[in-house]
Amino acid sequence: MNVLDMRGVRKSFGAVEVLKGIDLTVNKGEVVSVIGPSGSGKSTLLRCATLLESMDDGELYYMGECAARSENGQSVYSRNVNAFRRYFSLVFQSFNLFPHFTVLKNVIDAPVNVQKRNKEEVRAEAMKLLDKMGLAEKADAYPCQLSGGQQQRASIVRALAMKPEMLFFDEPTSALDPELTGEVLKVIKQLADEKMTMVVVTHEMAFARAVSDRVIFIDGGVIVEQGRPDELFGNAGNERTRRFLSNYNR
Amino acid sequence: MLEQLGIAFLKTLLIFVLTLIGSLPLGLIVYFGKKSRFAPLRWFIEVYISIMRGTPLMLQLMVVYYGPSLIFGLTVSAGWRFGAVITAFVINYAAYFAEIYRAGIESIPVGQYEAAQILGYSRAKTFIRIIMPQMIKRVLPPVTNEVITLVKDTSLASAIGVVEMFTKAKQIAVAPASPGMAALVSAAVFYYIFNYIVAFSMRRIEKSLNYYM
Repeated sequence: MNVLDMRGVRKSFGAVEVLKGIDLTVNKGEVVSVIGPSGSGKSTLLRCATLLESMDDGELYYMGECAARSENGQSVYSRNVNAFRRYFSLVFQSFNLFPHFTVLKNVIDAPVNVQKRNKEEVRAEAMKLLDKMGLAEKADAYPCQLSGGQQQRASIVRALAMKPEMLFFDEPTSALDPELTGEVLKVIKQLADEKMTMVVVTHEMAFARAVSDRVIFIDGGVIVEQGRPDELFGNAGNERTRRFLSNYNR
Repeated sequence: MLEQLGIAFLKTLLIFVLTLIGSLPLGLIVYFGKKSRFAPLRWFIEVYISIMRGTPLMLQLMVVYYGPSLIFGLTVSAGWRFGAVITAFVINYAAYFAEIYRAGIESIPVGQYEAAQILGYSRAKTFIRIIMPQMIKRVLPPVTNEVITLVKDTSLASAIGVVEMFTKAKQIAVAPASPGMAALVSAAVFYYIFNYIVAFSMRRIEKSLNYYM
């Protein structure tokens, strides 16, 4: 079963074409890493998948349901496109926790007030998740009282509390120092071991190699190459991929 | 004399309170009007804010008070004096508050909206639950400025003969065999103490919101 299916995605900002026809499918339980140089279109692809940005052309399916189809070279979004948000959540590079809410409130506010789930149930689940992420004592703290790594783990809990079918990560450790990066990557690895469906845009090559089922290399708005991590990292077929990866192996 | 000023001060206080009750929420409505997708409303709000900020409040006060009779030939009741003060003050201050709210709202990082969108908050819920609480914290210092200015602006009501504290102080000062200067100085002390309390209260409110950044 494909949780996510994107076909022929095109997106321009003004005269600059950022995505030039990208296909991306993600199976249930699959962990896909997206790598590539800055400005290659990785983040834009994620933003199109998560409906933060609308595609110019291309199709978007979640769980086989059509969120957007392509008609005469233009994406036409489903009228109830907002309903598709229940299928996924996104973890941001800059966390984007709500500063006026405690950690616990950050986690439970949307499940309670948007999804209209039972508050006590949500709260119990949230505490369990926070505990799992090593944040149980921080439940009543405000985001500004947390380290960057703790904030990012809290935002991962916030995403998980929505019970999404899949999770997107947009460079989840790029705002963190190496020590904090480690603690966040550990948590993502843990989710991968539990077979959470995930797409991770990252510059952490060792992590991508260790955790992913598939690695996608994007450059210039197209998928240059994709494959199993050992294939891609060990023996990339494409010259551009090899050149990009060589920067990380110094 | 102090007793007379004290009674007149109650009128000053009433103008102050009613203006805030009217203009603080109206400012938010004006802000939404300025952000409306309906262009004519947007233009109307632009012109309204521009006039409110570009002309003297005392003149606006007179237009509101004399307008009905000068333009429409209506005879205005005695009660309209006070009504005109509140009306003019509310629409004037709402324009300033709208701009302050706009600054506060636009200073909130776009990531907050995106996180709310990802979590499925509607536009209304995003504003009420996520944006507005953060906006209030950010606009408190400039709002304090306006509120302090308002305390002093209440004296403009004397331009159309509303007997608030300033009018009363003036009357006492120019009356024959009056304490003269003492009346004006006493009024000044009243204003100063009032504003001191306003500033102190606003600082307390700011501090109470210091639990987050």
